[in-house]
Amino acid sequence: MTKVHLTTGALVLSAALTGCSLSGGDSASEPEASQGGGSSAATESGPVVLLTHDSFSLPKKLLRQFEQETGRTLEVRGSGDAGELTTKLALTAGNPDGDVAFGVDNTFASRALEEDVFATSDVELPAGAEDYALPEGGDRMVPVDNASVCVNVDDAWFEKQGKTPPKTLDDLTEPAYRGLFVTEGATTSSPGLAFLLATIAEYGEDWPSYWEDLMANDTKLAKGWEDAYYVDFTQAGGDRPIVTSYDSSPAFTVDKKTGESTTSALLDTCFRQVEYAGVLEGTDNPEGARQVLDFLLSEDVQAALPTSMYVFPVRDDVDLPQDWARFAEQPEDPATLDPAEIADNREKWLTEWTDVTTR
Amino acid sequence: MDRRDHALSRRRVAALLALALVPLAVLGVFFALPVAGMVSRGLFEGGRFDPGAMWEVLTRERTLRVLWFTLWSAAAGTALSLLLGLPAAYALHRLEFPGRRVLRALLLVPFVLPTLVVGVAFRQLFSTSGPLGWLGWDGSVWAILAGLAFFNTSVVIRAVGSAWESLDRRPGEAAAALGATPVQVLRTVTLPALRPSIVSAASVVFLFCATAFGIVLTLGGLRWSTVETEIYLLTTTLFQLRAAAVLSLLQLVVVLVLLVVAQRLRATPDPTVARAVPRPVRPRRTDVPALAATLVALVLIGAPILTLVAGSLRVGDGWGLANYRALTSTGSNQALTVPVTDALVTSLRTAVDATWMSLLLGTVIAFVVTRRSVTPGERRLRGALDAVFMLPLGVSAVTVGFGLLITLDQPPLDLRDSPLLVPVAQALVALPLVVRTIVPVLGGVDDRQRQAAASLGAGALRTLATVDLPVVWKPMLAAAGFAFAVSLGEFGATAFLARADTPTLPVVIYRLIGHPGALNYGMALAASCVLAAATALVMLAVERLRVPSVGAF
Repeated sequence: MTKVHLTTGALVLSAALTGCSLSGGDSASEPEASQGGGSSAATESGPVVLLTHDSFSLPKKLLRQFEQETGRTLEVRGSGDAGELTTKLALTAGNPDGDVAFGVDNTFASRALEEDVFATSDVELPAGAEDYALPEGGDRMVPVDNASVCVNVDDAWFEKQGKTPPKTLDDLTEPAYRGLFVTEGATTSSPGLAFLLATIAEYGEDWPSYWEDLMANDTKLAKGWEDAYYVDFTQAGGDRPIVTSYDSSPAFTVDKKTGESTTSALLDTCFRQVEYAGVLEGTDNPEGARQVLDFLLSEDVQAALPTSMYVFPVRDDVDLPQDWARFAEQPEDPATLDPAEIADNREKWLTEWTDVTTR
Repeated sequence: MDRRDHALSRRRVAALLALALVPLAVLGVFFALPVAGMVSRGLFEGGRFDPGAMWEVLTRERTLRVLWFTLWSAAAGTALSLLLGLPAAYALHRLEFPGRRVLRALLLVPFVLPTLVVGVAFRQLFSTSGPLGWLGWDGSVWAILAGLAFFNTSVVIRAVGSAWESLDRRPGEAAAALGATPVQVLRTVTLPALRPSIVSAASVVFLFCATAFGIVLTLGGLRWSTVETEIYLLTTTLFQLRAAAVLSLLQLVVVLVLLVVAQRLRATPDPTVARAVPRPVRPRRTDVPALAATLVALVLIGAPILTLVAGSLRVGDGWGLANYRALTSTGSNQALTVPVTDALVTSLRTAVDATWMSLLLGTVIAFVVTRRSVTPGERRLRGALDAVFMLPLGVSAVTVGFGLLITLDQPPLDLRDSPLLVPVAQALVALPLVVRTIVPVLGGVDDRQRQAAASLGAGALRTLATVDLPVVWKPMLAAAGFAFAVSLGEFGATAFLARADTPTLPVVIYRLIGHPGALNYGMALAASCVLAAATALVMLAVERLRVPSVGAF
């Protein structure tokens, strides 16, 4: 009896699946595309394609709002992380697979500029945003959000042990914090690279010797953020109470009982990452692309950034979510490096870093 | 050989090529063209070819170290997978005991779990504070090898098991009756008969191990890097396209050499190994070692999965289903654009397309490469075709992905935003597996049966239906299940090509695990368990479906 039932079930299941395969009818995209192409003012309201990394995420409501206001359909295409996105844009420069791109950050910005990925666009920056503009190429890449990579500590752990948490990069090499720090690899993860840049900004030419001290102090290297935060960090049951994460991370470790965050970011150890957007050189819909830039800088989207992409807005006139306002404190003076300097030295730094850390 | 034979042979070769044309065209457009485009972009800078620079990359100390590590870790991973998989293939396909079908289905699950999630689960086991922390394996080569075996043991079980299942018992029983010990029977009768399928499985597993990306990164810490991880780093972080191109070529050469070697080993001394209707028997005392080894495989595969399940049920300090209930939502703080359940539907739909595509191509290829060759030239041609269709396994996904972007960008081939790109890419990933599942069984069919059918007046289709189909339909179903499962779990190509507003389940899991928040992490684990369960269900359906019909042909 069971065999017959299971077999029937399997047949029904496979039939049902075949019925709704992609080739059976792509309900999501086809009508939209024909609607855009068929309207009388096709050039003014044509669909617009946004290329981005796969952390991109905005509430559906906002995306619909954009479509209603502009009369354009918006198609979002993700492709890997920020590095992959930048490479993709660089390889297809001049014949882009979309109209506008978002998600190239300051560690990759110079590659996009060198490869002439972006066209100039005279977007008016809202109040606060110009603080994040690029020293060169500001007419092509528009800042949209920012977040800082900072060393985070598990305050609850330190309190329980009766120890004082570290405060600065120097502290991390002190014997008191031996074996307590886990950080991501600079070659394998973007916060890892940002932390390396923070140390380079702080110590200049001497950074390799700082890293030697760090490694000698039994610092652990993890592949990526997930790995470090969910396995090694004490908050998740690991055994290291110091981890490289973001300035916004404490907003996600609020204890329900006390209403206080159990972790905090060390604001003297931060490196600021800014994400940019721009109209793609060679697009046949520059007007639509330009509207997307305005959209990304609009108050509604800027206000949604913390909850949907875990980053801070560049506008200074939007309210942060409650937990963020209380626990996600931003560094006042985070480390930064000129994108051109990063571009010139990235390879040399990463090679040296690999030498130092795998010695 | 007279002139008629020559004409006949030419006609056979022509027919062979005609049949191979469709799969070759698909492979050419979606694989060869992109890879060639990407490699030449790296090698020709400003239209000038510079062999000296190529040599410079090849002789870097780091390149050699990376190549050496890739080769030996893949070899060790393959050996370990065979060691664990072969006894399990025997126990699960030749012996009759309660629950073996469920076990068979469950053992396929690891294959589709997202590597990032499994990597985190493994690290939770091995980390200093984890249950297996006392082993001291965290960040060591052992952890990498355990991870490789976790993902690939199921490939061995499945590929060898289906050949083993229908292997005729009588030669072995005859040997035993003549006084051979079980070990002698295994060595002199069973293993030679299984050699084609074992070599097949081993070569696929080796390729999987050599191109493993996430698992090496997550489990090996940063000390170890393979050609695959190096190509990724060179392309995306460093933008050194030339070095990446050189490494891609190097990988291609290594894979080709490997395939040629496998081809040699795979050639059976006697291609007419008897097939029989499977009749599993109750375990005997001599089966205890095999059962014990199966248990070890189960523990290795089960431990990380249990870690995942336990994690998904963890809510705060207690237990509950909150993470599962949250799957219909978009996560804490709207982490996602669509609920996880929507992503599951997208995954299933994509998998259906990828499955029929890979099955169609794979079956044609399998028929082409297994027909008995008349002339040595024809045999070489078939061998070459066989190897060609395995190549996609051995080339870095980064190279193929970026290659697609720069080669398929002009009409009439501007396919960069075609909705079929994702299923096609997944079908190509599954293709070698489909071929390798069908080929060993089809290759075991005695060609004299076809000749007999033909001489009795059966046409080509009739011969196909009466001789080949009865043997091959079961491996085909297994291959379909495999392809479906691979497509469900595929991440690399999918994340690269998919639209952000219709993400698949693995893409959603990666996004959830990439962001802070206990609920998001819990949801990632719960979604992984759902992915695992969906796979197990598909495999169970396949297992069940084939049962009542055994012997009906």
